[in-house]
Amino acid sequence: MLNEYLILLKSEWIIIAIIFLLLFIKVGPKEWKNETLLYGINILLLFNLLAGFYNNVEGNLFNGMYHSNQLIFLEKNMLNLGVYLVSLIAYPWLKEHKHLLEFYILLLSTLLGMFFMISSGNLLIFYLGLELSTIPIAALANFDLHKRQSSEAAMKLIISSAFSSAILLFGVSILYGTTGSLSFNEISQHIYGNQLQVIAFILILAGFCFKISVVPFHLWTADVYEGAPAPVTAYLSIISKTAVLFIFMSVMYTVFKTIATQWYLMIFVLSIITILIGNLFALRQNNLKRFLAFSSIAQVGFILLGLSGTSIMGIASVIYFLLIYLFSNLAAFGVITLVSAVANKETISDYKGFYKTNPFLSWVLAIALFSLAGVPPTAGFFGKFFLIMAGAERGNYIWVVFAAINMIISFYYYLKVVKAIFMDPNDQPIETISIPALPKLAMIICLAGMILTGFFSWIYEYIYSLSIL
Amino acid sequence: MNLTLLLLFPLFTAFVILFAKGLKQVRVIALIGSIFQLLLAGKLLMAYYQIKAQGNQSQMVFEYIQNWYAPLHLQYHIGVDGISIAMILLTAFVVVAGILVSWKTEQLSKEFFFLLILLSLGAYGFFISLDLFTLFFFLEVAVIPKFLLIGIWGSGKKDNSAMKLALMLMGGSALILVGILGIYFNTHTETGIHTFDLLLISKMNIALPIQKIFFPFAFIGFGVFTAIFPFHTWVPDGHASAPTAASMFLAGISMKLGGYGCLRVATFLMPDAAHAYSWIIILLATIAIIYGAFATMMQTDLKYINAYSSISHCGFVLLGIGMLTKTAIMGAVMQMVSHGLMTALFFAAIGMIYSRTHTRMVSQLGGLLKAMPFISSVFVIAGLCSLGLPGFSGFAAEMTVFMGSWQNPDKWFRLATILACASIVVTAVYILRAAGQTIMGPMVNKEHELLTDASWNEKSAAILLIVGIVVVGIAPFWLIDLIQPGTEFIMSKLGAVALVK
Repeated sequence: MLNEYLILLKSEWIIIAIIFLLLFIKVGPKEWKNETLLYGINILLLFNLLAGFYNNVEGNLFNGMYHSNQLIFLEKNMLNLGVYLVSLIAYPWLKEHKHLLEFYILLLSTLLGMFFMISSGNLLIFYLGLELSTIPIAALANFDLHKRQSSEAAMKLIISSAFSSAILLFGVSILYGTTGSLSFNEISQHIYGNQLQVIAFILILAGFCFKISVVPFHLWTADVYEGAPAPVTAYLSIISKTAVLFIFMSVMYTVFKTIATQWYLMIFVLSIITILIGNLFALRQNNLKRFLAFSSIAQVGFILLGLSGTSIMGIASVIYFLLIYLFSNLAAFGVITLVSAVANKETISDYKGFYKTNPFLSWVLAIALFSLAGVPPTAGFFGKFFLIMAGAERGNYIWVVFAAINMIISFYYYLKVVKAIFMDPNDQPIETISIPALPKLAMIICLAGMILTGFFSWIYEYIYSLSIL
Repeated sequence: MNLTLLLLFPLFTAFVILFAKGLKQVRVIALIGSIFQLLLAGKLLMAYYQIKAQGNQSQMVFEYIQNWYAPLHLQYHIGVDGISIAMILLTAFVVVAGILVSWKTEQLSKEFFFLLILLSLGAYGFFISLDLFTLFFFLEVAVIPKFLLIGIWGSGKKDNSAMKLALMLMGGSALILVGILGIYFNTHTETGIHTFDLLLISKMNIALPIQKIFFPFAFIGFGVFTAIFPFHTWVPDGHASAPTAASMFLAGISMKLGGYGCLRVATFLMPDAAHAYSWIIILLATIAIIYGAFATMMQTDLKYINAYSSISHCGFVLLGIGMLTKTAIMGAVMQMVSHGLMTALFFAAIGMIYSRTHTRMVSQLGGLLKAMPFISSVFVIAGLCSLGLPGFSGFAAEMTVFMGSWQNPDKWFRLATILACASIVVTAVYILRAAGQTIMGPMVNKEHELLTDASWNEKSAAILLIVGIVVVGIAPFWLIDLIQPGTEFIMSKLGAVALVK
């Protein structure tokens, strides 16, 4: 009996253990040097990542409120990988930070929240996980303590999150009112598509769309991404989004299956305007973090396209794309964090002539941008191709043509950055930066992921075999 | 013979280049790699003849299939027929010539040769692919190297041209993507699964309404690569701003990717739609031919002259494909090979002149024959091939296209053929004027008297391409015999064109 709790909640227990360890270190008497702590914590996170691959047991707990299957283990492993890479790339920024331990405690708390969120089988646990994963991030957004922009970002994030959670809860309560249960399985049996339930769905959809920055719920994104410190932006734009997308997919395909025709149309419209607005605004950005924010909004539009396909291909292509999106974005953020921490430069104009002084970093950033644009031989091509294929499966070629045309627009703004790095001359390029070991490891892992994932089809086949929801 | 070797060789060469140090090592490695590739292509030709002599009648030889993404039925499926082999040989010739011409590239030489080899890898992969996904993959592999090559090593308004080229080619790719997805989801094998496999799809009959929707996407998408009329605007700036080897590759091979795609994907897989839309194709092709020719007459920059003339010559390829007769399609393939060699030679000559005189404007050049006889002769040979002088490949190819086009009895198509023939006069005007003014006549700039003639690498590049042009020009039957079975196969899908209306 107790064994069940220990084994099924294995990933959660490991995170809780690390959090408590960090708390003890914090309140303990000994003064540790930042570098020692960083190396130690990264080893712990690596251990956490590797432990996620072993001894995964499927099952249900708390009467189905918490459930786990192989797909959820895959998703948790992806989140673990993401957090490990974020921690690696945050090294140059954290090295001089006073509140190193608080950073990791908050970060791991959000991870814990995400784990509960994606394993939830009940709206209550889902909401618990959602809140646990968003409130600490608002505190994290404030971690550039000497910058006013950072506090502003944190305020915007917490207030918008609170508002969107309120709307989500409203939808949840209407859903409970019409179906009489909070458990996903039971709700799905009582969805009839009457007006009240559709309104509940719309409210819940609004709450989700806020978290994944779908237009028109994206207004918080650019300012928060720009103001928060770069590793936190990376975490928000990649891992937080990924976790919410996982549970979003699961909820859409299981709970709301019967009103699929209605939500298909909603997703269609949302996707079109998201891709359009994301692309149009990304064209005009000069700040790299803001640029990546808008480009990630456009990517989410593509993900919605993939989501709309029939179950198996849709889920498989979305998860595959999220994995590649993780590698590509983290590679880009790795370079940006390093440059921002060492040289304090964040705009595209500052990056002109970057290739002359920092060839390795330039290539990492360039390959990351190519992967985001969807150019072979990087894995981003495969990710985008499969997403568009999943979307085309329903025969909605208007959507497919629109997405394909928008790939060209996105290609333009990604190439603009590549052009600045490789071709534009600069009198004062960013000076040569020596890359510390940990970020370099992160960049190499991301490079390997971006280049090899496309050719090693077993990754996709494994995801596909699990995507039976 | 394992076709994957054609891909592994360039990949290995590119990989070794990454570890080389200094220009000398890099260019020698690149040259050795590309010469090996040329020998491999020759060996492929020999193996093909051998296998045909043994009586092998199958359509595609040396096939190799490997499941890539089994759940989606995507395969790495490669194979060749005569048309593919002709294009592979063309690519090998042009790449060796391109590397020889770029022998003195000092700036970031490692990256330059790396990108060039990567570009050729994309082309080889494209020509051997028999699965639409693999084909699309290799088509797109080439876009980023082109962008970087023009943007970093180019001249003139290179940033603008590089971006325009990259975006328009991506636009073409986007249209092709929609086209092939349409084909994928509307074809089922007997077991009801979708497939991207070219040969399997060609055996299925796709419903005519579906064909009529997706044929324009696929054809115009590939057409963008071949500078089909409204989407040709990337060609002049792109070719003119690119460094010499990149121009040679762009005009010589990259534009043929489109032609090959139009033939192998659009026309082959959707023949009924090809019949229905042939009048639009011929209209656009004729406009390209005539407009390209007239626009060239106005140009004062040598590279722009060659670029616009490429639009005109590639119009012949589309004209041949649009006419849908066997001779016309054979002419289109011959024109692809011939124009590839010829325009590479022309760009090589212009590049040699530019690197010495630092100007490409016709008005500032004159009497170069006195100072640089070899280069001038190469220039004149390229020009004569362009205007279709017999003895060179241009004549054989254009003649075949015209004869094939005339076979189609529709009176409007015959009018198009007549107009296309008439454009040869315009071609002659601009070629003779450009050649006459730059090569012959009085020397405009006194400093040009001190210029050196071609060095060994430039001579080798030119001779290699001239050999190709002359062989195809004097003995076109070799090329015709090579591509005939492939063309007949395509024609069998197209059915008998209604010759009597």
